[in-house]
Amino acid sequence: MANKAIITVVGKDTVGIIAKVCTYLAENNINILDISQTIVQDFFNMMMVVDVASSAKPFESLVSELGELGAGIGVQIKCQREDIFDKMHRI
Amino acid sequence: MINISEVIETNKMIDQENLDVRTITMGISLLDCARATTVDALCRNVYDKIMSKAKNLVKTGEDISREFGIPIVNKRVSITPAAIVGSGICQSPDDYVKLCQTLDKVAHDIGINFLGGFSAIVSKGMTPSDEMLIRSLPQALATTELVCSSVNLGSTRTGINMDAVRLIGQTVKDIALATADRDSFGCVKFVALCNAPDDNPFMAGAFHGVSEPDAVINVGVSGPGVVKHALTHIHGQSFEVLCETVKKTAFKITRVGQLVAQEASRRLGVPFGIIDLSLAPTPAIGDSVADILKEMGLQQCGAPGTTAALALLNDQVKKGGVMASSYVGGLSGAFIPVSEDQGMIDSVRAGALTIEKLEAMTCVCSVGLDMIAIPGDTPATTISGIIADEAAIGMINQKTTAVRILPVIGKTVGEEVHYGGLLGYAPIMPVNKFDCSEFVNRAGRIPAPIHSFKN
Repeated sequence: MANKAIITVVGKDTVGIIAKVCTYLAENNINILDISQTIVQDFFNMMMVVDVASSAKPFESLVSELGELGAGIGVQIKCQREDIFDKMHRI
Repeated sequence: MINISEVIETNKMIDQENLDVRTITMGISLLDCARATTVDALCRNVYDKIMSKAKNLVKTGEDISREFGIPIVNKRVSITPAAIVGSGICQSPDDYVKLCQTLDKVAHDIGINFLGGFSAIVSKGMTPSDEMLIRSLPQALATTELVCSSVNLGSTRTGINMDAVRLIGQTVKDIALATADRDSFGCVKFVALCNAPDDNPFMAGAFHGVSEPDAVINVGVSGPGVVKHALTHIHGQSFEVLCETVKKTAFKITRVGQLVAQEASRRLGVPFGIIDLSLAPTPAIGDSVADILKEMGLQQCGAPGTTAALALLNDQVKKGGVMASSYVGGLSGAFIPVSEDQGMIDSVRAGALTIEKLEAMTCVCSVGLDMIAIPGDTPATTISGIIADEAAIGMINQKTTAVRILPVIGKTVGEEVHYGGLLGYAPIMPVNKFDCSEFVNRAGRIPAPIHSFKN
């Protein structure tokens, strides 16, 4: 399976969201390939495309730890394999 | 590369519009379990085979769900019709009850939601084994929790087995009586079919047909809420726009199902069978097929125009879904259960939707009269008449039809029955009071229709 994942952060904009996520990714040897953000209906939306190939942790742990990290700063953080978006939006 | 708006769109479907994969169903052949000589040995073989094939099914489903961030609501197993598996060994209805209890135990032990295939295929005639299984149903379904049963009573190629229709009418009543203390809950787990497919992943009609391999993964997608939401943006626009919108949405939903099916197949080492392109509603607000029809411009589901709107929906779902999946099968169409769809319940309460209108709707959509509660004192012959009508629609139109009807003992029109969870609740609907017993009590079968002779 491809090692690309999509991390999304949705919530109220506060100082240091990106810093905290990036620190976590660096600690786990996850490379950021692309980053973009937008505001939808007053909500901060950030998306990162990352490569998890060099991460020592199983994918499931990344999903739950990023979720907990988000809960700690009051935003929703999801980490999903890229395939679901790719399959839905690309033929 | 995927852009942020596409990611937001997908996650919005999941978070706000109830997009999910409704079921991963593993079909398992039990034909090789019939080498036993005693019922106990048969039960042991059956338990071991299902356990060995499906022990990782639930965990795999949960893993995929977490990694892709898409809910997978049900994990299920379907088996070779039990009346075939038990035919050389089971000597009485009690033996079949025992087999059913074994199936229930293994279903609990592997943690699945339902196990389907306690079934008999009797479209042209019943073997003694088929009849014993049918006669075991009241006790079998009353003493088990997770086992679903179905009987195929007819097909376009064989006609309708009216002897079986008569027996099933009485059996449905007996199941209702045997579970009267639980609002006749047993009937929820039984469906009578015509033209039943071998690869349906949805309950209660799932079984693993004899045309299938040893084990297979079939996936049922869902997403009425997503279709409904897409339609909120196109009020007043042409049918062309309406159809295109449904089609595109169905394509996206089905692609997710295809991905999940392939992943499950790869991780479990079991071949991928089919995607069932069905819009399966849930009682959750907004996850309703009736609401889609209302969104198209009907005041209530059941209003004039409902059958046309449903035909359009069903056809566009298929057109969008077919290209999104390499193999499509099962039932594939819109489901119109009453108790499992809040919009349908509302329409019945408003007096807009009757059994007769639902029957008309089953001519143009997937399956048939589903999860319809009727008064507990409805005669068995009337239930047989309703089943015969649906089977006739299926036989003549070369489609699958089904009847899952719930005569709720002790309740009548004006009352409601609550089953909870995905099974929802339903108002008791009135049934036509006129008698059909002389017709139903004729012996034999209805011959295959003229257009079945295609060779």
